Amino acid sequence: MNEIVLEVNGLCKSFGGVLATDHLDLGVEQGSIHAVIGPNGAGKTTLINQLSGLLSSDDGKIQFNRSDITNLSAPARAKMGLARTFQITSVFGEFTALENVSLAVQAHDGHSFKFWHDARGDKFLTEPALEALTIVGLEERQSIKASLMSHGERRQLEIAMALATKPKMLLLDEPMAGMGPEESNRMVSILSQLKGKVTILLIEHDMGAVFSLADKITVLVYGGGIATGTPDQIRANPVVRSAYLGDEDLES
Amino acid sequence: MGNRAQIIIVGTIFVGLGLVPLFAELTQTPFYLDLARRMMILAIGALSLNLIMGYGGLISFGHAAYIGIGAYVVGICAEHELVSGFIQWPLAIIVSGLFAIIFGLISLRTRGVYFIMITLALAQMMYFLGVSLDRYGGDDGLPLIERSNFGAVVDITNNVTLYFIVLGALVLSLLFCKRLINSRFGMVLQGTRSNETRMKTIGFPTLRYQLTAFVIAGMMAGFAGALLANHTDFINPDMMHWTRSGDLIIMVLLGGMGSLAGPVVGALAFILLEELLSGVTEYWQLIFGPFLILVVLFARGGLLGFFANKEQRDE
Repeated sequence: MNEIVLEVNGLCKSFGGVLATDHLDLGVEQGSIHAVIGPNGAGKTTLINQLSGLLSSDDGKIQFNRSDITNLSAPARAKMGLARTFQITSVFGEFTALENVSLAVQAHDGHSFKFWHDARGDKFLTEPALEALTIVGLEERQSIKASLMSHGERRQLEIAMALATKPKMLLLDEPMAGMGPEESNRMVSILSQLKGKVTILLIEHDMGAVFSLADKITVLVYGGGIATGTPDQIRANPVVRSAYLGDEDLES
Repeated sequence: MGNRAQIIIVGTIFVGLGLVPLFAELTQTPFYLDLARRMMILAIGALSLNLIMGYGGLISFGHAAYIGIGAYVVGICAEHELVSGFIQWPLAIIVSGLFAIIFGLISLRTRGVYFIMITLALAQMMYFLGVSLDRYGGDDGLPLIERSNFGAVVDITNNVTLYFIVLGALVLSLLFCKRLINSRFGMVLQGTRSNETRMKTIGFPTLRYQLTAFVIAGMMAGFAGALLANHTDFINPDMMHWTRSGDLIIMVLLGGMGSLAGPVVGALAFILLEELLSGVTEYWQLIFGPFLILVVLFARGGLLGFFANKEQRDE
């Protein structure tokens, strides 16, 4: 068994009386794609917000590369190599694609109290940025403003931004959300390229994508994990069948 | 984006400003020298506000406080016979910066309307502090016994000399802002305006960058305040009144928020309109108000954006 990169123990988060994350345990292995699936409102996005540090946790512990990050801020976690994307595309609309990714490179190139030199012409930023854009296939769109790109392109741009931070692990919140079949396929091929190189926690509703990409799957219902296993084990699990997966999902 | 047109417009304005002393001398109207000097000083103030408001998305409704602090430092120094400009001006910048650190730490804990209200409240606090300083003129203000003294280097008691010092300061401020907003720091500032959550999740601790921008803007405004005290030979709490902060916001909006030279155009247009309209009627705001609304509604990017793009269409 590979080393565990991200380990979550007894994680809790409640909003009012609702337990959005309910004593959740999770272990993500180095280099794997670990999918988290579950019905709407199961607490998937809450989990990613807790992992990335946008939400504090009420209880439990998050360990990343064997250090406790439970109380670290979001920027501090990002600096450690924990990158994320958002379910609702989150890019800098008035910046070009290249500027978007350059900014992500800049975040991991020391402090930014540099007041004098032109950042847009800085090869230490633009070269790695272009590399990341190439990985997601946007190199020819580098000078297009993000707000003028198509939905699918902006999703790819977000992945490029996350990659540009040289992450040890990616937290992807529904990367295929709102995509057509063609765009989805492109995203699947981008993610399968990354497989093995960077550890990925994947939240996704597209079951075809999940079962073809994931090494392991955790099923989340009402904030708690009801099962974890390989795609085959999950497919065969009767509890999961009744709780979440409809029969039609299992045919593929 | 009409960049060439903008450069032409701004270049023309600066050539015009450079010719004002000659014009005033030939026509024997020192009033214009005075008017243009005030425009340029407020333009520096508006430029500094634009750094945080236009590029940082932080709408400070208390920016005049730093102009006042800078002016009071010069006034209070002069009152105590500390007249060297080499001490007064840096001190004005430093003290404004210190206040900006404290006020920034308090106000940057909030966003949106709350940020506007807190910066307003803190600035009004400074206004009333000025009112209560009986030793330094209180409500009535304090005449500057002597302008800042730069010894043998330059004599700013000469009005034309002071004019060119202010013009030089404005040019330097503009160049400084240009470098700043295109630097790595400037990219962080603009990224944070655009999407703060995203900035945090790619690894930027945004608060310290916003605070730094807030302090830089405060220091620039403090410098404008030091110039203003010398310009009017007088300091008073009104410099810090919330309506003065409002004027600065209007200048930025009028000229073009988030464009580099917009605030310069805005400050010039504001003072010019104020002067022209108040000659026509006492209730000049009655005309100015609707005009401002028209600019904000129909001239995206303010006056500078409007004219720069128009010129581009004509090409």
